[in-house]
Amino acid sequence: MAKFIKKKDDDASKINTASLPDIVFMILMFFMVSVSMRKMDRMVIVTMPQATEIAKLERKDLSSYIYIGTPVLQYQGLHGTDSQIQLNDSFRSVDDIRDFVAAERESLSEQDRPFMTVSIKADENTRMGIITDVKQELRRCSALKIMYGARKK
Amino acid sequence: MASKKTPDINGGSMADIAFLMLIFFLMVSTMDSEEGLSRRLPPMPTEDQKVENQKVKQRNIIQVRISSNDKIFAGNEIIDVSQLKDKITEFLTNPNEDPLLPEKKIETIEGFGDYPVSKGVISLQNDRGTSYRKYIEVQNELVKAVNLLRDDFAQHEYGKKYARLDEEKQLIVRKAVPQSISEAEPKDVKKK
Repeated sequence: MAKFIKKKDDDASKINTASLPDIVFMILMFFMVSVSMRKMDRMVIVTMPQATEIAKLERKDLSSYIYIGTPVLQYQGLHGTDSQIQLNDSFRSVDDIRDFVAAERESLSEQDRPFMTVSIKADENTRMGIITDVKQELRRCSALKIMYGARKK
Repeated sequence: MASKKTPDINGGSMADIAFLMLIFFLMVSTMDSEEGLSRRLPPMPTEDQKVENQKVKQRNIIQVRISSNDKIFAGNEIIDVSQLKDKITEFLTNPNEDPLLPEKKIETIEGFGDYPVSKGVISLQNDRGTSYRKYIEVQNELVKAVNLLRDDFAQHEYGKKYARLDEEKQLIVRKAVPQSISEAEPKDVKKK
C-alpha cells in the first residue's frame, strides 16, 4: 500500500504572496479615488430623507454644506435637542449664513462663482420652519442654486 | 571586483504597509454620496417689484400645500402622496383640454419646431411645522411627474429615454416640458 502514501511536497503547499501588495494597493487606489475626505466633524445628527428622483452633484468642489439637525449627544447639554444649524465647525444661527455664503463664494475662483451650490443636508425630522428661514436667507444673499440632500430609496 | 548582484530587498512587508495606508484612508474618508434634489430658488423680489404681482391665471396654477400636520392639499382637496403624481401629470398635460386645467401656448422651440407648452405652474407651499421628510417626499413626487412627462416626450419624439438623449435634445425636451415648480413665499398654512 505504499503507493498511497503521499510524499509531502513542501514547495507546492506555499502560496505565493508576492502579488498581495499589488492587490492591496489596488483596493487602496479604489478608495482614494472614490471617496472624499472628511472635512469636518458632524455635530448634528442627520438622517437624510429618502427620494427616488435624485440627481448627482456634478462638482463637489463648488458646493458648500449646511447641516441642520439635532445636536449629537455630547453637545446636547449645551445646545439642547432642538434643530440646530451647523456651518463649518460650529453651531450658528440663520443670520450667520450671510457671512458663511460670502466666505464660501470668496474661496471660489471668479468663473466658478455663479455655479456655487449650497447643499442643504437636513434631518428628515426637522421642521420646515428652520429650513424656510435658511432658504429665505440664501435668497437674500442670492445663493440661488441649492440642493436638498437625499438618500436613494 | 565587487559582485554585480544587488542585494534582494525583502518585499514581504510591502503588504503590511499597503494595508496600513488602506486602513488610514478608510478612517479619514467618507463615502458620502452627494445626491439630492436640485432646485433653483427664485431671486428675492426687490421693494418696487412687489407691487407688480405676477399675474398667473387661476387655471394655470395648482397649489400644493403641506399643512403642519403633514396633510397634503392639492388644489383644495386633501390628497394622498401616492395620488399626487397622477394629479400633477393630469394638470400638466391637460389631455382633454379642460377649461379648468392650464392652457397651452404654442411655442417655437429651436431645433424642434412648434409645440404646445403647458403654462401650468405648480406652487408648493408649506407650513413652518411641516416635517422635512414630507416636504422632500412631495418634492420628489413633483419631480417624478415632470420626469415622467419628459420621458414620455423623449420616447415619443426620439424613441429614447430622456436621460439617454444628448445634451441638445435634452434641452429641447426641457423646453417642451418645463419643470415649473415655484416654492412660494413662506406662508402659514392653517390647519383645516
